[in-house]
Amino acid sequence: MASNLSGKVVIAGVGHTAFGKLPGRSTVSLNVEAIRNALANAGIEKTEVDGLFVKAPTSKFEMMYAQKLAEALGLQPRIGGIWDHGGASNISMISYAAMAIEAGQCEVAIVALADNPATGTRQAYEKSYGDGDSGTYGWFGTPAGYAMIAQRHLQQYGTPNDGLGAIAVACRKHGAVNPNAQLRKPLTLDQYRQSRYIVEPLRRDDCCLVSDGAAAVVVMSAERAKAMKVAKPVAVLGFGQGQTSWDVALRPDLTTTAAKVSAQTAFAMAGLQPKDIDVAQVYDCFTIAALMTLEDYGFCAKGQGGHWVQGGRIEVGGELPINTSGGLLSETGMPGLQLVIEGVRQMRGDSVNQVKGAAKCIVSNQGGIMHTHSTLILGQ
Amino acid sequence: MSEALTIPAPELDDLSRPFWDALKQGRLTFQRCTACGHAWLPARSDCPRCLAPDWQRQDAKGGATLVSWVVYRMAYHPAFESRLPYTVATVQLDEGPRMISNIVGAQPSQLRIEQRLRLRIEAEADFMVPRFTPT
Repeated sequence: MASNLSGKVVIAGVGHTAFGKLPGRSTVSLNVEAIRNALANAGIEKTEVDGLFVKAPTSKFEMMYAQKLAEALGLQPRIGGIWDHGGASNISMISYAAMAIEAGQCEVAIVALADNPATGTRQAYEKSYGDGDSGTYGWFGTPAGYAMIAQRHLQQYGTPNDGLGAIAVACRKHGAVNPNAQLRKPLTLDQYRQSRYIVEPLRRDDCCLVSDGAAAVVVMSAERAKAMKVAKPVAVLGFGQGQTSWDVALRPDLTTTAAKVSAQTAFAMAGLQPKDIDVAQVYDCFTIAALMTLEDYGFCAKGQGGHWVQGGRIEVGGELPINTSGGLLSETGMPGLQLVIEGVRQMRGDSVNQVKGAAKCIVSNQGGIMHTHSTLILGQ
Repeated sequence: MSEALTIPAPELDDLSRPFWDALKQGRLTFQRCTACGHAWLPARSDCPRCLAPDWQRQDAKGGATLVSWVVYRMAYHPAFESRLPYTVATVQLDEGPRMISNIVGAQPSQLRIEQRLRLRIEAEADFMVPRFTPT
């Protein structure tokens, strides 16, 4: 019988850099800044850290990157390294850190990510993907993969385009209030409808920002946090993962993702259901990803997401506010850890878009073209 | 014609070259496992279902259905600028394998999921490209 780690581990501190264009900064430098801020936020010294889990920078792959970062931090961790399954990596690494802590492999872990595609290299984003003939068909870029999935969803379920628009509008509304957000310009549904197509059916306003920046969190046991008098620990109640790992063209079902199994695992660990969740931070690299995640998490029936998200339901004051700091569409396009940080703020009660009485927050991360998924449930 | 206006040639290796060679003879081929009968694209050394290394190449009959599609409104490569808007689709061959391709001979607004398609092999610079058109 597996032991249940629900509530045994906390996020003790969070930190990030500015978001947007940060020219001249390496990802190592950005990571160090975010980690410095996370340690200060937890109120602990770096000498306490003995685990370092780092997402491989998306913009450029570097071998032994975590060891380079450890060197820059003056740390010799007992456990850690880079993890790469795209944007799902962050929450996955938090779960590995939790398991490592409970298994006695480390006591205080840092989970971090940095990226600089806005002013640094965009090597990884520019390539066509799939096999060696993608370019022959003109099959380029990440948005197209999501557009292929979106088209199927629109056609199969009669999903209204305004459903995708409602997600963009909610994220932009929430981001407009966030002083750290890269894009603080609200969006109306009419403006969304006029937004130009990038790869139809996806419009410019369906696509996330391109951002430099870094984020980091400090993970430790609840016991350790108490002993160290950490001011605002936030409990990790559940986590889960899933992988579809089929090329978009080969995926048997384009409109259901590994979000489903990932959320089921996390909800079971936490002993919770969708109705228990007060606020959600949903990975919104493209609006369709957020819409399908809400369906696969069980907040609404499969195929109903496009209707369910409309009418303010996912905005602050609605039934399930999402992406209360703006998400990837408004706060920063960085792949995902900022969503965990906003989840922590909501549980601490210090979000700029604080949901009154919020006691449970679910966070989703996903990577590739919805190939990988991870879920985190936080509680007060 | 300038180099920039040629669409990217397929990157060939020993496994994928026969697929493109067969197209020059007017045939769209896929692999079928001789152990379990599974059929697949793109080219692989081993059956992704039963992992057997034994397979044969077979000719597709040319019928397919439309799984989904996108319409490019901006070019990610200069050779596609003059082709905008163009359609990239996921199609399922009647024999089972799925592939990325292009839909030609139809307005994007006329397309529907599960629509019947027919193979149309078209000539490019020095290779032939398998594309599909609604029946």
